[in-house]
Amino acid sequence: MRNNVLVRIYRFYLDGFRSMTLGRTLWVLILVKLFVMFVILKLFFFPDFLGRAGDDASKADYVANELVERME
Amino acid sequence: MVENISGSLIDWSRAQFALTAAYHWLFVPLTLGLAVVMGLMETVYYKTGDEKWKRTARFWMKLFGINFAVGVATGLILEFQFGTNWSNYSWFVGDIFGAPLAIEGIVAFFMEVTFIAVMFFGWNKVSRGFHLASTWLTGLGATISAWWILVANSWMQDPVGMVFNPDTMRNEMVDFWAVATSDTAVVKFLHTVLSGWVLGAVFVVGVSCWFLWKRRDKAFAVRSIKVAASVGLVAALLLAWTGDSSAYNVAKTQPMKLAAIEGLYEGGNGIGLVGVGVLNPSKERWDDGEDAFLMKMEIPRMLSLLATRDMDGYVPGIGDIIRGGYQLPDGTTALSAQEKIERGRSAIASLADYRRLRAEGDTAAASAARAELMEDMPYFGYGYLSAPGETVPPVGINFYSFRVMVILGGYFIAFFAVVLFLAFKRDISRFRWLHVVALVTIPLGYIATQTGWIVAEVGRQPWTIQDLLPVGAAVSGLEVGSVRTTFFIFAILFTVLLIAEIGIMLREIRRGPEQAASDVSNDKKA
Repeated sequence: MRNNVLVRIYRFYLDGFRSMTLGRTLWVLILVKLFVMFVILKLFFFPDFLGRAGDDASKADYVANELVERME
Repeated sequence: MVENISGSLIDWSRAQFALTAAYHWLFVPLTLGLAVVMGLMETVYYKTGDEKWKRTARFWMKLFGINFAVGVATGLILEFQFGTNWSNYSWFVGDIFGAPLAIEGIVAFFMEVTFIAVMFFGWNKVSRGFHLASTWLTGLGATISAWWILVANSWMQDPVGMVFNPDTMRNEMVDFWAVATSDTAVVKFLHTVLSGWVLGAVFVVGVSCWFLWKRRDKAFAVRSIKVAASVGLVAALLLAWTGDSSAYNVAKTQPMKLAAIEGLYEGGNGIGLVGVGVLNPSKERWDDGEDAFLMKMEIPRMLSLLATRDMDGYVPGIGDIIRGGYQLPDGTTALSAQEKIERGRSAIASLADYRRLRAEGDTAAASAARAELMEDMPYFGYGYLSAPGETVPPVGINFYSFRVMVILGGYFIAFFAVVLFLAFKRDISRFRWLHVVALVTIPLGYIATQTGWIVAEVGRQPWTIQDLLPVGAAVSGLEVGSVRTTFFIFAILFTVLLIAEIGIMLREIRRGPEQAASDVSNDKKA
C-alpha cells in the first residue's frame, strides 16, 4: 500500500516533468544560472576565509583578530 | 578607522550585494502578489466550477511560474555572499541570522517545492479542493519564507534578543521570540509583503489592459482587472498604514535613518514633514553651516506626529544625534557620537584584552576585561569609526527615494480606485487612456518596491548591524579586483537572465489565455 502511494507520487512527478514544454526552458535557465553562480564564481574568485581557519575555535580566533586589528 | 580595508573594497562589496539584492527583489514581490491574485481566481473557480475562472487562474499561474523559475536561487546568492564577501559579519551574527534562514530554507523547500509541483502538474490529476489548497499553500510558503528573511533583516536594523559571546565571537540568541516578533520584524514583514501584493496587482491590471488595448480577450481581461484591482486597493491602503507604523518604529530604533530620510539636520519640537523639497547640493557635511534645502514645502508638525504620536513631540536631527545631550524616550540622556566612538574603542580594546588574558590563563583579569566589554558592547561598532560624521548615512538618496516611494504609494491608491470604478461601473475596455496608464504603472510598481529597499538599506549605513558592526569591519579582506570582476559578471548574468525572463513572459502574454485553455483541453484528453 505504502509502495503504491510512493509509486503514484513518483509517476505524478515523472508525468509532470515529461509533459513540460515551457518548463524545460525554465529548467535550463535555472541550471545555467546555478552553475555560473555557484561553481564558476566559487572556484575562481573567492577564498573561503572561515573555511581555511579550521575548527570553530580557530574561526573565532580569526574573526577576533580581524575585528581587533581593523580598529588599530 | 578600518584603515587596512580600502574604501574601494567596501564600495564594490556593497555594490555587489546591492546589485544582487535589487535583482532578487524584482522577482520576490511579483511572486507574493501573483500568488494572492491567482489564488483568489482559483477560489472562484472552485466555488463556481466555471471554466472561465480556471482559464484565467491558469494564465496568471503560468506567468507566476516563469517569474518564480527565473527568480529562484537569486536569494541563495545573497546568502552565499554573506560567507564570501562578509565573512566577519557572517561569523559575528552567529545563529541569530542562521536560524531564521535555516527555517526559511526548510519551509521554502517543503512547502514551495511540494505544492508548486501539484499546482503545475496536478490539474485534473488531483481533486479541485486539493489543487486549490496547493495553490494557496504555494503562496503561503513564499510568504512564510519572506517572514524569516525579513526577521533576519530586521535584526540587522534592530538587534534584540541576543548576547555577544567573546569566547565564540558570535552573538547568541537568548530570546527567540524577541528576535522573531520584534516590532521592527512585524512592521517590516507587513509592509514588505503588502508592497508585493500591490506590485502583483499592478502587474495583472497592466497586462490585462494590454489585452484591452489590443481589443482581445476582453472578458478575461476585465475579470482579471476586477480581482487584481480589489487586491491592489486593499493592499495599497494597508500599505499606507504599515508605512506609518514603519516610520514610527524607525524613529524609535534608527533615529539617524529618519533624520537622513527627512534631510533634518537640526531637530526640535513640532517638526514639519517635508512633502516636496530640493536638497542643497552644496551641503556636504552635517556641520558646514549650509542650508539643507534649496526649497521645500512642509506639512507643519506632521513629522513630530508621525515619529512620536504627538504634534509637539521632539524629533532629533542629524546634528542633535551627533552632539547628543537630548532626552531619549526612556528618560535617559543621549550620548554624543564622539562618546559612543570612545566607548566602542574601549569595547574593542576590552575584547582584545579578554582574549589575550584568557589565553594566558589569567582568569580574574580576563573576567574584569569581559565585564568592561559587556558594559560597552552596545557601542561596539562605533569603535571602528574615525569621526562622528561617519554615522550619517547618505542623505540625498534616502530623501529622494523615500519621497518617490511615498508619492507612488499614494498614486497606487488613486489608480486602483479609478480602475475599480471603471471596471465595475463602466465599460473599462473603452477607456484607452487608462490602458496606457496601466501599462506605464507596471514599471512604477517596481520603482516603488526598489526605492523602499533603498531607504531601508542605505538608511542603515554605515552599519551592517545597527550600532554593532559597520560595513568596514564586516567585509572580507578580498582583493578589490575580484569583487569588481564578479560585480560585472553578476551584472551581465543578471541582465541576460532578466532579458530572457522578459522575453519568455512577453511571449506567453502574447499567446494569451487561449493557450491556457488549450492546455486544459489537452489535460482532459490525457
